[in-house]
Amino acid sequence: MIVARGLTKTIGSKKILNGVDLEIAPGEFVTCFGPNGAGKSTTLKILALLSKPSGGQVLIEGQDVRGNGTTLRRKIGMISHNSFLYDNLTARENLEFYGRMYEVPDLKRRITQLLDEVGLSFATGDPVYSFSRGMQQRLSIARALVHNPPILLMDEPYTGLDEMAKGVLNTILSQLAQSKHTVFLITHDFDQGLEQSDQALILVDGRIAYTCNPRRLQREEFRRRYLELVGGVK
Amino acid sequence: MTENTRPSLIEKVLAWSTFLAVFVALYLALVYVPTEKTMGDVQRIFYFHVASAWVGMMAFFVVFVASITYLLTRRTNWDIYAHTSAEIGVVFTTIVLITGPIWAKPIWNTWWTWDPRLTTTLILWFLYLAYAKIRSAIGEEEKKARLAAVFGILAFVVVPIDFLAIRWWRTMHPGALVTSNGIALAPDMMLAFFASLFAFTLLYCYFMMRSVRIERMKAEIRWLKEGMFN
Amino acid sequence: MSFLRKVRSLLWKEIRSELQGKEMLSTLIVFSLLVVVVFGVAIDLNKDLMGEVLPGFIWITMIFAGILCLNRSFAAEKQNDCLYGLMLCPLDRSAIYVAKTIMNLLLMIIVEGVTIPLFFIIFNYPGPQQLGMFVIVLLLGTYCFMAVGTFLAALSSATKTGEILMPILLIPLIIPVLLSAVIVTKASFGLVGSGADLFLKILVVYGVVFTVLPLLLFDYLLEV
Repeated sequence: MIVARGLTKTIGSKKILNGVDLEIAPGEFVTCFGPNGAGKSTTLKILALLSKPSGGQVLIEGQDVRGNGTTLRRKIGMISHNSFLYDNLTARENLEFYGRMYEVPDLKRRITQLLDEVGLSFATGDPVYSFSRGMQQRLSIARALVHNPPILLMDEPYTGLDEMAKGVLNTILSQLAQSKHTVFLITHDFDQGLEQSDQALILVDGRIAYTCNPRRLQREEFRRRYLELVGGVK
Repeated sequence: MTENTRPSLIEKVLAWSTFLAVFVALYLALVYVPTEKTMGDVQRIFYFHVASAWVGMMAFFVVFVASITYLLTRRTNWDIYAHTSAEIGVVFTTIVLITGPIWAKPIWNTWWTWDPRLTTTLILWFLYLAYAKIRSAIGEEEKKARLAAVFGILAFVVVPIDFLAIRWWRTMHPGALVTSNGIALAPDMMLAFFASLFAFTLLYCYFMMRSVRIERMKAEIRWLKEGMFN
Repeated sequence: MSFLRKVRSLLWKEIRSELQGKEMLSTLIVFSLLVVVVFGVAIDLNKDLMGEVLPGFIWITMIFAGILCLNRSFAAEKQNDCLYGLMLCPLDRSAIYVAKTIMNLLLMIIVEGVTIPLFFIIFNYPGPQQLGMFVIVLLLGTYCFMAVGTFLAALSSATKTGEILMPILLIPLIIPVLLSAVIVTKASFGLVGSGADLFLKILVVYGVVFTVLPLLLFDYLLEV
């Protein structure tokens, strides 16, 4: 589904990515760990077609993203710690706006369905500035899914969420995993991150230092590996 | 990259020729040329006033071309050419704005004349300043270069429109027409004029070469520093 | 055309946002009215001279109000990283520029509609002789102003000093607009003999150039 080869990113004189290669099969759930500054967000932004790499190539469904950006964007949904929502508009209006941007057919029904799925039907007509952080994150997920993208990219979505909101997020994530969405998740939380993961990566210093299948590895083992790799840095 | 820490042969030759040219121009303008009948000795400023204006414009054109090239190629060198030319351009433009009033006051008894070329130069000065402010308002090198380049393009395009508008504006005010236009130049004055033009152009080129070399060194130091801490 | 549809959706979002908040338009109108009063208090001229300076007053007020208006253009996109949300969408990014320019233009037209009649009332000056020309120069001048201003607002919103920087970038660039607009406005008062249409031409050329250039360059502003 997603193939990245030799990704490098230099901003000014700083080398953030030093050659990242990854392959995500369709329907695969990939979790990415790493210390701060390792380049995780940068990699995600490149995969989301928000940012252009300084070098290397990204292929989505076999197509090079260069020159196909507009069409391929329809296949991607992204969630970050910021919600990308307009505070002044209501939940419905936000989804309506993004739905129109993605040219989603039968929009009204889709919005009702989405708000139902993330448990926000009661707040359909409320402005986003009145939402709690957890509610905003849930609406953000609805926003990311409004155009039904096969690929979902998530940059530390658990940040700032309380236990209940985390629970809701987990439920949604497992639904996504089961429904064969391709997911790329960045997180610092080992437990939640590894729960439904098919492939776990550790990114250190702009390079992938370690990858494994978490289903075949003990959680403790993974944690140990992580500390090993990260401990010797900075 | 590190080969360019010392001035190259071309730079040294340029330095000496510039020194010579400026010396010759100074001599021609201040000593050789006869005193102008109506305006007196203060008129001699005219040679350097116009030469500076020419360089100020040319420097901005370089900013324009370098900005476009930077956006197309993203090579840092072009950003260096752009902002170095801008820095040098500001200096020459300031000279124009200072020599203008110095020349105007004794002759036309007014500090500021709304002469179209002088006024356009004033706006140019503010555009240079705006360009510098953009650069100082951004920390990241890449963003700085990119946004400044975009502005550099817009700013240059507005200058001809400016000049036209101001010129038509001034022609609506007959009698207030105080310009450097009507100066008929005798042959020896022509010589001084072109000598100043040439000298100042060389001066610009020399400053550019030197500053670009230093900026390249600065950029490399930054690059090395980043490498050390990574 | 899909581009126009996207612009329409973006514009819808802008208008909806403003209708919910309602702070921008009302603040702009109040501010402009205050500036009119400030001019009235600070400057005391008899009627014959008033015609010479009134066009200048009008455009200065519009510049101040315009700067306020432009400064908030991209504020909403900075909150919650909405700009990233827009950049994720499959659209030609200059549509964002077009929508915001139209929005700013609409706001300013409303402000002008309220404020400018007040100028004539407070200064006791008869309305413009050539109303058609007056309206045209208002629209054209404001458009030129907003076309450049929206672009620069986007540029400065990406910098540290943001809102303070914007006027410094804007004012040198709009000098020809100011000059031309004031002269044509004066002409519409009947105070200028001839030659005013030259300046109308300048406004048109400026408008075209500074629509095309921002459209071409807008993508460069948004890179991440």
